[in-house]
This record gives sequence, C-alpha cells and structure tokens, in this order.
Amino acid sequence: MSVLVYTESEEGKFKKASLEVASYAKEIAQMLSTTVTAVTINAQESSELGTYGVDKILKVTNDKLKNFNAEAYADVLKQAAEKEGAKVVILSQSANSKYLAPLLAVHLNAGYASNVVALPESTSPLTVKRTAFTNKAFSFTKFNTDVKIIGLSKNAFGLKEHQTTATTEDFSPSLTAEDFSVNVTSVDKARDKVTIADAEIVVSGGRGLKGPENWQMLEDLADTLGAATACSKPVSDLGWRPHSEHVGQTGKPVASNLYIAIGISGAIQHLAGINASKTKVVINNDPEAPFFKAADYGVVGDAFEIVPKLNEKLKEFKAKNA
Amino acid sequence: MKILVCISHVPDTTSKINFTDNDTKFDTNGVQFVINPNDEFGLTRAMWFKEKQGASVDVINVGGPETEPTLRKALAIGADSAIRVNTPATDGFQVAKQLAKVAADGGYDLIIAGRESIDYNGGMVPGMLAALLNANFVNTCISLEVEGNEAKAIREIDGGKENITASLPLVIGAQKGLVEEKDLRIPNMRGIMQARQKPLNVLEPVDVDAQTAAEKFEKPAPRGNVKLIDPDNLDELINLLHNEAKVI
Ligand SMILES: Cc1cc2nc3c(=O)[nH]c(=O)nc-3n(C[C@H](O)[C@H](O)[C@H](O)COP(=O)(O)OP(=O)(O)OC[C@H]3O[C@@H](n4cnc5c(N)ncnc54)[C@H](O)[C@@H]3O)c2cc1C
Ligand SMILES: Nc1ncnc2c1ncn2[C@@H]1O[C@H](COP(=O)(O)O)[C@@H](O)[C@H]1O
Repeated sequence: MSVLVYTESEEGKFKKASLEVASYAKEIAQMLSTTVTAVTINAQESSELGTYGVDKILKVTNDKLKNFNAEAYADVLKQAAEKEGAKVVILSQSANSKYLAPLLAVHLNAGYASNVVALPESTSPLTVKRTAFTNKAFSFTKFNTDVKIIGLSKNAFGLKEHQTTATTEDFSPSLTAEDFSVNVTSVDKARDKVTIADAEIVVSGGRGLKGPENWQMLEDLADTLGAATACSKPVSDLGWRPHSEHVGQTGKPVASNLYIAIGISGAIQHLAGINASKTKVVINNDPEAPFFKAADYGVVGDAFEIVPKLNEKLKEFKAKNA
Repeated sequence: MKILVCISHVPDTTSKINFTDNDTKFDTNGVQFVINPNDEFGLTRAMWFKEKQGASVDVINVGGPETEPTLRKALAIGADSAIRVNTPATDGFQVAKQLAKVAADGGYDLIIAGRESIDYNGGMVPGMLAALLNANFVNTCISLEVEGNEAKAIREIDGGKENITASLPLVIGAQKGLVEEKDLRIPNMRGIMQARQKPLNVLEPVDVDAQTAAEKFEKPAPRGNVKLIDPDNLDELINLLHNEAKVI
C-alpha cells in the first residue's frame, strides 16, 4: 500500500528533483497513513533519502540499466509498484520521467496527472492541482483509477526534511529483450554545464542583445551565478543560440528560483513558458516592454552597460559571502 | 510507409484563457484554434517522408465537428486524408485509446504525435498510444530518418542528446528541432483548394472511460507590481535578491 517514488540519479547521485519528490511523497503518505518506498536504479549512496522521509528503498543494480531506457525503466517501476501494492506512484518531471510516465500508466492501468504543483486537494477521490494552458491556468484533476501516477513539477513543493532511517532491500526485476527494443546507441551530453532543467538560476537573452557575438557577457554572468543560459525563440530561430536554449511555450519550460531576462520583450508565449519561475528580473531599455508587468524586479536601461556592471558587483558579493 | 499524424486542436498561443460554467469549462468565445505547434513540426516532417520516400500521410483528431477546420488546414499543408473520431477529448488516456484503435486498424508504420499539447499539457498521449499499440516510442524527438523497417532518431534529453535506433512500428513525440522553424509548412492557395476535395472521414468512437477528469479550473493570482531599480544602484538589486527574494 505504500506510496512509491522514483528517485532518479545521475552518475550514481540523486538529483535535487528526486529529493523533492521524496519530500512530497512523504506528505502524501502521511495523508494516506502509509509509508514511502523509493526505487533507485544504479544509485551509489542512498542514505540521503532517509532525510526526506523515505522509509524503504528498493535498490536496483543492473548494468543493463546503465543508460536510461524508458521502456526498461517503466518495467522496473511497474514491478516495484506491484510488489509494494502501491496505489500512488510519484515521479519528477525530468525529460526521462516524462518519457516513461505514460508507458508506466498503461502498464499499471493507472491514471496519470502531469505538472502537478501542490499536495492533493482531497484524497478520496484523489484530486490534484496541475498547470494547464502552459501556465496560464490551473486545473483540478480527479483520478478515477485505483492506481494513480503523479508527475510533480520542479520547484513546486520544495525540499522538506523528515528524518527517518530508510531500510534498503535489493530488488532484481526481471527484464525482457522487448524492454530494450528502443536502442540508445550513444549519448552526447555536456558534462560540467548546468542544464535549464536542473538550474536554480537561469540567465536568458533576447533579440535586444543584437547578435551572437554579444553573448559573452551573459555567459560571464551565468558563470558567476552558477546559472544555465537560455534564450527567446527568435534568438534560436536566427541561429544565434542552439535550439536547446529556446525557452517558452514552444520551447523548454523554466521553473527556476531566479530567471533573469535580458533584452527580452516579454511576449505572451515567452512568459507562458517561464512563469513557473519563482523570482523574475528583467533588464530592458524600453520601460514599456511587457516583461515589466510580469517581473518582480526590473532595471530600465541598456543591457550592454548593466550586465557587465551587475556581473562585477555579483562577483564582489559572492567573494564576500563565500 | 504509412504515416499517421495526430493533430491536437488548440487555442492560438496568444489566446486569453478564461473559463465559464463556474470555472468548469474553457471559454472558447473569441478564441482562434490552431494546429498544436509540436504537431506542426511533426506534420512538416511527415511531408518530407511523403515527398522524398513516397510515404502516405493521414492526419487524425479526436474531437467534435468544431475541429474540422484544423484538420482541413493539415490537409492544405499536404496530408492525403483526414480522420476525425467523433467524440470530445476528455483525457489523455481516452484520446490514446481512440487513436490506438484507428492506428491498429489502419496498419500504420509510423505515428507522429506532439511532445505535448499547449492546452492540456498532458505529455501523455504519444507514450500511452505507443504502449497500447505495443510499438516503440521515442519522445522529444528532434531528428528522424527511416530506412526500410528501421528508424534512426535523436531524442533531446536534459542537457544533451541521445542517438537511438528502433524498428517500426514507431510512435514519436515531436517537437521543435525535428524540422527547422523556417521549413515549417504553411498552407498555400493551391493547397487550400485541394484540401476541399480530400477525404475527411468521420469515425465513431470506441467505448472508453476516462481515467482522469478536469473538474475545475483556476487562473493564477494577479501578481504584485514590479520593483524598479535604478541602473546606477545595482547593489540594491543584489540586496533584494539576497535578502528579500532569497534566491542568491
Ligand atoms: C506560435 C508561436 C509560438 C511562440 N513561442 C515562443 C516561445 O516559446 N518562446 C519565445 O521566447 N517566443 C515565442 N514566440 C515568439 C514571441 O511572440 C516573441 O516574438 C518573442 O518572444 C520575442 O523575442 P524577444 O523578446 O527576444 O525579441 P523582441 O520582441 O524583439 O524584444 C527585444 C527586446 O529587447 C529590448 N532591447 C533592445 N535593445 C536593448 C538594450 N540595448 N538593452 C536592453 N534591452 C534592449 C527591446 O526593448 C525589446 O523589448 C512564439 C510566437 C508564436 C507565434
Ligand atoms: N484530441 C486529440 N486528437 C488527436 N491527437 C491528439 C489529441 N490530443 C492530443 N493529441 C496528440 O498528442 C500530443 C500530446 O498531447 P497531450 O498528451 O495532451 O500533451 C499532441 O501534440 C497531439 O499530437
């Protein structure tokens, strides 16, 4: 009956989103008077999960699962859910979890609600609040199924400590050749670069920066802040920056703690995609730019003067507060 | 190769989102509907397979008669025929079930859906459809080639890419990158004329119960005013970000 949570890891280490889903799972488990079981796949050290309320860990160690494979991972989670008799399964909204969730839903005959942003409104029937219309609204979604899968939006719940001592059990699900019929031949991943998905801070540039040659000051600012870089759609359409940096309604969603928009006007499609960020700062020389209506803090002025100055001041601040 | 492109009929990206009937229904008043942007990328890639490899391309929507103009637009872009499954879309699973029936009956080799719709944002239909069909599935697909029965795809992952091979039948979740923005097809006059003559078949739905129901909607709370900071006093910005917002 326990609540099952998939705690993703990368190169053996848990992602912050995994600790967040664990924290969330704990509170749901308390609402349902049950416990939390986490599934880990090739994670090294899992005691950290106990800090966030995980009671039991099903530890999967298998070389075949070294690279992510949606079908195979969904199969692991299905078998874990069945073994635990889990009625509620909780996942993050990372690219990998979003990929496997609908497969898992069909295999478990479960309903699936993605982009969930809060604890359930009610537990019987289970009703959750999720974003819809690309952050322009919320919908309250009720499950009609016995088993339910919740995809928790990044940064929506946060980390909550619930110190427990998690017991660990080795778990060896049976995998079939069919699980690997989608074959990953190679992975290209920038190593020590923060991704938009994982970043706490995102520094984003728009057409106001005039050309790709002017991105160095953004990169510098991002470096100082440990931030990921992003851009508006026209910037990626013009080839100034790669598509993978395009954020907004038709690009990547951003749900960081801090989003800094530089030379971006704040079109509705742009704002829809970044609205889930907690704090928004806009730097734009046009005081009428729509972004000022959507931001928490604004600086009206020329980005070419402000950004380097801000970077210097932030470096001083970091040096003092290190 | 037989290709089926799933088309979601969604409010234009600039639409104001409002609700009626005590916040239980989306207010379509004055809203323009379009092909879901992710599906446009998929449809454009399907046209490439048609033109370069002789594939046939059908488009499908699960919805009421009001979605037909959107299907006609897909026909004007170049699809050969359209199918509408005559039932309102209630949740991702119900839609996936309807699509699976048509896809299985039609013997499609490649099924292209969008990574996510911009209205429901479920990100669930393509994966559920693949699982129901027992077909291979590649989500967030940014490149796709097919030779015979084998597909080569690239999947966008957080911070990079994955190269994938899989055999048909295959379902993909399409997105920007699958084709370049500048290559996106828009209907021309000739296409629009031809579309009028192309078949749009209406099929009756299979019996399915939705697994989830959107009971009520809510709009985000209006936000407070922006705090403006003097460009000559950026220390104040740092101070606010550190002490007030607590994000640095
Ligand atoms: C179907 C559809 C989907 C879309 N999806 C997206 C999406 O996902 N993401 C997205 O971003 N857009 C999207 N758009 C595009 C969107 O409508 C806007 O065109 C786009 O966001 C504008 O980008 P921008 O702000 O970089 O450029 P602009 O609108 O050109 O704004 C540039 C800004 O820079 C400012 N500026 C100029 N010089 C300086 C300076 N020296 N210092 C400081 N500021 C300066 C200007 O005042 C201006 O506000 C979509 C559009 C459509 C039709
Ligand atoms: N009613 C529908 N009819 C046909 N295809 C749909 C429908 N709803 C969703 N899809 C497809 O599934 C994709 C993802 O939708 P969603 O799961 O709602 O985010 C869309 O981009 C479409 O390709």
